Amino acid sequence: MTAITERKLARPADRSPLDHASYGDRIFRGLLTLGAVTIPLLLGFLVLELWQGARLAMGKFGLGFVTNSVWDPVAVQFGAFPLIFGTLLSSLIALAIAVPLSLGVAIFLTEFSPEGLRQPVAFLIGLLAAIPSVVYGLWGIFVLIPALRTTAFPLLREVLGFLPLFRGPIYGPSMLAAGIILAIMVMPYVMSVSREVLLAVPDTQREAALALGATRWEAVITAVVPYARSGIIGAVILGLGRALGETMAVTMLIGNRHEIAASLFAPGYTMAAAIANEFSEAVGDVHLSALAYVAFLLFVVTVLVNAGARLLIWRVARGSAAGGKAL
Amino acid sequence: MSDLQPVASRTAPPLVRAPARTSASEVRMETVEVSAMYGKFTAVKEVSLRFAANRVHALIGPSGCGKSTFLRALNRMHELSEHGWITGRVLLDGQDIYGSRVNAMQLRRRVGMVFQRPTPFPTMSIYDNVAAGLRVHGRHRRAELDTVVEQSLQQAALWDEVKERLRASAMTLSGGQQQRLCIARTVAPSPDVVLLDEPTASLDPQSTQRIEELLFELKRDYTIVIVTHNMQQAARVSDTTSFFYMGTMVESGPTRQIFTTPADEQTEAYITGRFG
Repeated sequence: MTAITERKLARPADRSPLDHASYGDRIFRGLLTLGAVTIPLLLGFLVLELWQGARLAMGKFGLGFVTNSVWDPVAVQFGAFPLIFGTLLSSLIALAIAVPLSLGVAIFLTEFSPEGLRQPVAFLIGLLAAIPSVVYGLWGIFVLIPALRTTAFPLLREVLGFLPLFRGPIYGPSMLAAGIILAIMVMPYVMSVSREVLLAVPDTQREAALALGATRWEAVITAVVPYARSGIIGAVILGLGRALGETMAVTMLIGNRHEIAASLFAPGYTMAAAIANEFSEAVGDVHLSALAYVAFLLFVVTVLVNAGARLLIWRVARGSAAGGKAL
Repeated sequence: MSDLQPVASRTAPPLVRAPARTSASEVRMETVEVSAMYGKFTAVKEVSLRFAANRVHALIGPSGCGKSTFLRALNRMHELSEHGWITGRVLLDGQDIYGSRVNAMQLRRRVGMVFQRPTPFPTMSIYDNVAAGLRVHGRHRRAELDTVVEQSLQQAALWDEVKERLRASAMTLSGGQQQRLCIARTVAPSPDVVLLDEPTASLDPQSTQRIEELLFELKRDYTIVIVTHNMQQAARVSDTTSFFYMGTMVESGPTRQIFTTPADEQTEAYITGRFG
């Protein structure tokens, strides 16, 4: 450091004055700052725009909008409860299916898989995330739903029909179909984040468990997964965030009906699907405004979920001690 | 002690600790021309050693001399390393631990290990950390766990410091306490042999001293093999010392003899601080 400074000072004064400003740096810095400022500005505009669009409906329905179930554009009565319910339920179904599967794959890839299999499998699962959601939707309509309607759903009704969840007529497009397609779409995210988190568990933890006479599996359960648990929760919440906002594939499979049904075979609706379907054909200002209100609620829910995920992942990244404090 | 149990048997051992074996000459563990490899690289070459019961054995030598690898061959941890494999025989009470009928998991209950850095399970309480080894082996009875946890913490000289807060996270302990917690966790399943891999390398002098004092207590119940970087430590705590250099065991004998009248030039050079 000193050597460099001395050399600079030793330069003849005519070559480079000390107060010479580097314009290139300044311009570069300015551009970057502009870029950095744009993002929060855009977000601010977005929220403002939603708020403005929703103001009419907010004034008319207030917070009751959240709990009201009537959605009647003709009578100009709007309530988002079935949409919120559908969004949450379809996402929960997705998580119930995707989390065990993704965790299983992540554990297999980090702890048990042969070395040569790890990268290829992780890469392939990552590819699942690159498929456009409309393609998932089409696949759902042409492949998944026929299979569910003819085979899986009747079987479920037969075996688990004593639960209200699995009763009633089978249409095909349904809450459960949407949940399943969401599970497939969410899996790559949950899997790759949990894999990263499991890879970050120090080997000393595995060895400590193995040295106690644990099998590989017991080491995973007693040492590895607990150590990584807050990161895994982060992965799950990240997946939840994806599921909540997913629109296209869900719209194509969920049946789009403003209703709350006990049966998972019945059609439902989600916030995102309702906005996508109704926005272009909305009649009247209140209808439009109600949809903006729905969008605003969806935004709030997603932001909360993503903030939670960030916080959890940050805690894990901060170091090993975070594990002890999580939950 | 009976034979190492075959794979199928996962029955819990009796709670009562086997009576301490006091016969000084009894060989608890023996290695016969043990070589340990990583792929094609040989880290330990044909080491034959005997570890007598209720003694502390120190393995010393410069970094990379193979002493830790050798230690890890004694409880079959070496084979878990990438491309790790060994030749030769390791006998525990006369039985080859690499024999085809031996279950490595069962073996590691009888040959416990403490690592260089304290490795408590951070999400578990102090109590659960000590009980972890027992639970892994299907011992869940509350009264039994309570007894063994207390006994083990006492053996590790940690009981008095933590008895009021057994439910607190293990991460609330200091580094030295964490290492003693790991010792308690290691002795809880009542092993025959306790391996320590530079257990004080990451600790301050005071915590180091406590662990060294602890070794004198522990050797009444266990056979102890300790790898150490610190020659003074080896001189203080061990009954016999083996000097490793470049993957071979150069010299082994009573600690006093190794440190006062070493037979080998390399040993002398090392213990007088001329290299390493």
